[in-house]
Amino acid sequence: MSAVIDNAPAGKRRESVETVVVRFCGDSGDGMQLVGTQMTNSSAAFGNDVCTFPDFPAEIRAPVGTLAGVSGFQLCFSNHDIFTPGDEVDTLVAMNPAALRANVGDLKRGGTLIVNEDNFGKQDVAKANYTQNPLETDVISAFRVHKVPMTRLTRDAVAGLGLSTKEADRCKNFFSLGLVYWLYERDMKVTEDYLKHQFAKKPEILEANLRALRAGYNYGFSTESFTVHYQVDPAKLPAGKYRKMTGNEATAIGLVAAAKLAGRSLYFAGYPITPASDILHELSTHKNFGIRTFQAEDEIAACAAAVGAAYAGELAVTASSGPGICLKGEAMGLGVMTELPLVIIDVQRGGPSTGLPTKTEQADLLLAMFGRNGESPMPVIAAASPGDCFYMVQEAMRIAVEFMTPVLFLTDGYIANGAEPWRIPDLSELHKIEVKHPTAVNSEKGYLPYLRDPEKRARPWARIGTPGLEHRIGGLEKSDGTGHINYSPPNHEHMVRTRAKKVANIANYIPEQTVIGPDSGDLLVLSWGGTYGAVRSATRDAQEAGKSVAHAHLRYLNPFPKNLGEMLKRYEKVLIPELNMGQLLTLIRYKFLVDARGLNKIKGKPFLVSEVAAALDTILTQPLSELPTHLSTGAGRSEDLGEAGG
Amino acid sequence: MSTDLPVLTPKDFTSDQDVRWCPRCGDYSILAQMKKVLPTLGIPREKFVFVSGIGCSSRFPYYVNTYGFHSIHGRAPAIATAIKMARRDMQVWVITGDGDALSIGGNHLLHVIRRNVDLKVILFNNQIYGLTKGQYSPTSPLGKKTKSTPMGSVDHPANPLSVVLGCEATFVARSVDVDIKHLTYVLERAAHHKGTAFVEIYQDCNVFNTGAFEFATDKATKSNNVIYLEHGKPLIFADGKKGIRINEASRPEVVNLDGTIKEDDLLFHDEKLTEPSLAFTLARMRHPEFPEPMGIFRAVEKTTYDEVCDDQIKAAVAAKGPGDLNELLNRGDTWMVS
Ligand code: SF4
Repeated sequence: MSAVIDNAPAGKRRESVETVVVRFCGDSGDGMQLVGTQMTNSSAAFGNDVCTFPDFPAEIRAPVGTLAGVSGFQLCFSNHDIFTPGDEVDTLVAMNPAALRANVGDLKRGGTLIVNEDNFGKQDVAKANYTQNPLETDVISAFRVHKVPMTRLTRDAVAGLGLSTKEADRCKNFFSLGLVYWLYERDMKVTEDYLKHQFAKKPEILEANLRALRAGYNYGFSTESFTVHYQVDPAKLPAGKYRKMTGNEATAIGLVAAAKLAGRSLYFAGYPITPASDILHELSTHKNFGIRTFQAEDEIAACAAAVGAAYAGELAVTASSGPGICLKGEAMGLGVMTELPLVIIDVQRGGPSTGLPTKTEQADLLLAMFGRNGESPMPVIAAASPGDCFYMVQEAMRIAVEFMTPVLFLTDGYIANGAEPWRIPDLSELHKIEVKHPTAVNSEKGYLPYLRDPEKRARPWARIGTPGLEHRIGGLEKSDGTGHINYSPPNHEHMVRTRAKKVANIANYIPEQTVIGPDSGDLLVLSWGGTYGAVRSATRDAQEAGKSVAHAHLRYLNPFPKNLGEMLKRYEKVLIPELNMGQLLTLIRYKFLVDARGLNKIKGKPFLVSEVAAALDTILTQPLSELPTHLSTGAGRSEDLGEAGG
Repeated sequence: MSTDLPVLTPKDFTSDQDVRWCPRCGDYSILAQMKKVLPTLGIPREKFVFVSGIGCSSRFPYYVNTYGFHSIHGRAPAIATAIKMARRDMQVWVITGDGDALSIGGNHLLHVIRRNVDLKVILFNNQIYGLTKGQYSPTSPLGKKTKSTPMGSVDHPANPLSVVLGCEATFVARSVDVDIKHLTYVLERAAHHKGTAFVEIYQDCNVFNTGAFEFATDKATKSNNVIYLEHGKPLIFADGKKGIRINEASRPEVVNLDGTIKEDDLLFHDEKLTEPSLAFTLARMRHPEFPEPMGIFRAVEKTTYDEVCDDQIKAAVAAKGPGDLNELLNRGDTWMVS
């Protein structure tokens, strides 16, 4: 919806719009992530609701100008609350033919396409596997096209500063940003401040980027090519103070908060892996909180170290992605056996094996549930959005400490790298984790490391170094109470059942599942993890269209909230959208004997709202008997099945 | 050391668990010497923690009445690193074996040593997998016939001391299970070292590989086959009749101290050399070509990992003040919505 609201002095029209989706794309060396982040920050600071989707290649520097090297950053900003970065792009900035090719399919008909025409030479065109310059073909005919000589204009803007051509060309991303800032009436101050801070020690580079930014802005203002610009008013979000937050940031800061509030020190062990490394990076800058970060020699060592730190009495954490989680399995099992509290974070990405390192997926749920030898139950919880990571990682730590167990915390590449405005909580809103370490023996026979709390079945957590509580633990089966090695058949069964009951019983200490929408009806859509936004949007639209659809989003996956089984039975049909082959679906069907259906997408990309909406229509209109167990999203519009499709 | 510490005895370090090694296993002697050394260190019992992996030797923590963690195969160095980083008040011992440390845990050994974490790593080398009933290990000699190598092992063995010296270990020593006095001395020295102290102990697996180190334990031949390293002293063995000299090709050689060659011509041991070449040369002296050196090969000082991690935390607190959660949450660009 848009309306002409005035005519700007320069003869330009100004339109007001509700929601805008912008995508910057170029070569991975073009600084697209940077300008995308800048526009996000500016929009967030302006008060829009914002949702982002950075999408970058696995190769750090694939050959310049090729499809393999295309890097993109999509952001959606709006005057109301939004849950996804948007299905269709309103304005696409493409810095070269490869970027155009990989992204133009997502641009809406009639959308704005801004290209750097200086990068559309013969060779550039060939590198993108185009036989003809796409700017001269039908490829772009459906759009409002602006061919801008960005390289030349940027060089002109920075002339006289003594920069090399290479240095000058590096500023062209800020030219493109300036142009988009004009197009959407963004205030440049946030970005100017950023540049001043970033290049405080390199005045020429600072000046060059500032000039490029302003040149881009002025280009929009003064050239005839751009006749309209758009205004997006601030969103009406719940009152409070806000900042932008990515999932990995929120996870890291949530851990700092958990430790600080508990009055304990945090120990984090990790090994570099995409897309989890940012948690390690962030935590390593907070040493003044007493946080110890350990970049271990491998994933195994990182998890083993976390187990060791837990034994030492620390709040222990390790983080990784799928391949690393596989390697951690044995040490996680040790954590289960020794009943030590630790949090294992899995920022999921596309698998198997190295798979799609920079793309998102939800295919580690069953790994989290069952990926260890023996009967090795572990609580599993998942965050729904970037900001939610802050709260759920604290919840993971609470459960770990309260029940003396390792806890798996699942996020994914989409919410880990994606950003949203986050309302900064007051410290009084946060829950303090109570950590208790015994200081005296707990029985006449001395200290019994496996003498359990009768309600929660947690064993005591004696801190090493405490006089009189010396004890030994290990990976061998043990007697309850004493913890002495015990291989007897009834003892093993007793211990296996005890560990399982302990985890199952956590259902009594987590919130009951809630639904958004009717209490019963035609359809329940059950989602988990990073698909929250798309599913929320699609179900909200369906509800507004009067359909009998409810949405339940699971944060607790093991154990499930205790009212879940009964809730599932109150709806005629259940749809479970997941970015995998149906892992939650498998659990729900086997656990509750419900004939739920899945919506499954395995493309390394989040759901589009339209994909979920289409599945809702299908399941609502067709009898279950005519529907397959797994619905799919089909081929998306922008999908290029060729290799190196970006 | 505070004077009001209770006087501890080996008995205080005996746990309530029955020791379950095979009769006459070399591990018994090592356990006994350890229990002798621990009470002499002036450290309260609760401030010790023993961490082990998997294997016969790794049962050790169950038998010592301190804190202890019998963990998973090969990973003890990683677990111990975290314990020491978090709890510098603890004295941390890692008990491992040739398979545990050099095969499945090879990576962790490399890194714990290069980091110089303040741990004592005691490797019981019996040149065999005992717990799994007799397969060759990474230290078994070439051609060794075992259950998994009926035609003889085709692996070239690893030399534990060469491995750790390659990682610039700051403390490197070797002893033998039955050499009670010497073993006690070496363990004591290891306990007092600041940094990763690595001790290889030749340990007899009485069941699957007995006699592997007979050359070093047999009273009749021992003096010819081992040489005791003493800091600042010449390398002499065979009851004073032979010595080690560095020849013109810069290689060690055995010489007879028959009058023409004097003590001053011999190689003198210096455990404090920052450059590890001498220690490496000594580590490469193997039976039967050479007597095998016993004692402290190298003992040098270097900052420890745990200490520097701690210093960084202190420096961060000094620079930024103790962490303020509210400030952290409110960091960066913020805006108000009303
Ligand atoms: S198998 Fe060998 S090493 Fe193991 S306990 Fe028996 S004798 Fe000792």
